[in-house]
Amino acid sequence: MANSVKLEGIPREMIALRVSKEIQDGDYVNLGIGIPTLVSNWIEGRDIILQSEIGMLKTGPLAYDADVNQDLINASCQPVVELPGTVYFDILESFTMIRGGRMSMVVMGALQVNDKGDYAGWANPSRGLDVGNIGGSMDLCVGANKLFLAMEHVAVDGKLKIVKHLTFPPTTAGRVNKIFTDLAVIEVTPKGLLLKEVAPGLTAADVQSVTEPKLIISPELKEIEF
Amino acid sequence: MDKVYQKIEDAIADVNDGATVAVAGFFACGVPRLLLKALINKGTKNLTLACGCGPMLGAADELKQLVKNKQLKKVIDSYGLYRSATKGREDSFEQAVRDGEIELEVYPMGTLAEKYRAAAAGVPAVYLPTGVGSIIEHSTITNISGKSIPKETRVFNGRTYILEYALKPDFAFIHAHTGDREGNLKYSKTARNFNPVMAAAAKVTIAEVENLVELGIIDSDSVHTPGIYIKRIVPVPRIDFRVSID
Repeated sequence: MANSVKLEGIPREMIALRVSKEIQDGDYVNLGIGIPTLVSNWIEGRDIILQSEIGMLKTGPLAYDADVNQDLINASCQPVVELPGTVYFDILESFTMIRGGRMSMVVMGALQVNDKGDYAGWANPSRGLDVGNIGGSMDLCVGANKLFLAMEHVAVDGKLKIVKHLTFPPTTAGRVNKIFTDLAVIEVTPKGLLLKEVAPGLTAADVQSVTEPKLIISPELKEIEF
Repeated sequence: MDKVYQKIEDAIADVNDGATVAVAGFFACGVPRLLLKALINKGTKNLTLACGCGPMLGAADELKQLVKNKQLKKVIDSYGLYRSATKGREDSFEQAVRDGEIELEVYPMGTLAEKYRAAAAGVPAVYLPTGVGSIIEHSTITNISGKSIPKETRVFNGRTYILEYALKPDFAFIHAHTGDREGNLKYSKTARNFNPVMAAAAKVTIAEVENLVELGIIDSDSVHTPGIYIKRIVPVPRIDFRVSID
């Protein structure tokens, strides 16, 4: 289903900022590739520890120039710096933390999500391959205490990403708690998708027009707050 | 005990056609590039590279060469393709995967870690929660039709788990920051990643080390991989590489 009218939402950096407001001090958080990685720009100075599945706790900000160390990258293969209290470990230890339920929150990008909290992210069929990149995504979904998606509401080609039925291969089933997009903040509830916040200037009807499942409108519906 | 080989070609002399070689590293970090170069020079064919998370994207030049020489039969990985579809279409490895010349078998990263761990610890298979609700609950993911293997599942305490088998490579290629002649190893920062578990999993583990030191120099409390897992150790220079993979 394609939509003819392109709605003007908030930029990717602001989606990341909105997600960062959900993180509590004391949380251990793993951020996926894409918009989720941008969340790290908004939490400097806060008491939040980032886990990188490559084997690092308390991942520091991106490294530039003389600070780049070829033995020190995050799980998106970007050079980073360490912080006081940074810990390194091997991949088994890393996935012991992940699968063992130690992540307070995991934020992932997504290609599609439905109203049951299933999402697809590891393979885009348009690429014409039966294989794809799973990386740590499926393990992170299993262990996350809260699983959030940070994504564009509609795909670049105009196709809807919040759908009734996934047509892309799923990453996980029934695990997504909240969806943060350029247009809205939506909670996955047992009754369906609850629209809680909309981007400035948009109405619930605007968001519904680019969302395939029927949205439940929160009585406290408001503009996205940063 | 002295496990040191001065010549890298001697250390891999018995890596023969058809071998399964575990390649440590996570994208650009902790990849045994010089052992891979030696494997290219040796010309071993029909290889299966058992990876963890995209070490061949990190060692892109070596991968290109292995593909060009038609040395690869199969790659096992969790993240073996470029993220960018545009870049992927220009990549000779992805092309070979599309053409079915090379098999690519894909697992979740943590599942691969457990498959190596099971092999290392003498465990034949493990039940894992990862991937339930996805295609891997039903069968393995591969680009070659007919090669996909059905999965078994079992319910424990009301929750479904997938049976995943141990993966025991013939050889493991490891990259460490420091090692001694008995094979005790220490890694640097995030270059540790898959190195310890692959070192323990393979029948024969060969480690390239940037610094070969006397016994006792690595503090006994700080050894990451005890020498018992290492068969051969080769001193190599620290080479500079581009960290990002696009």
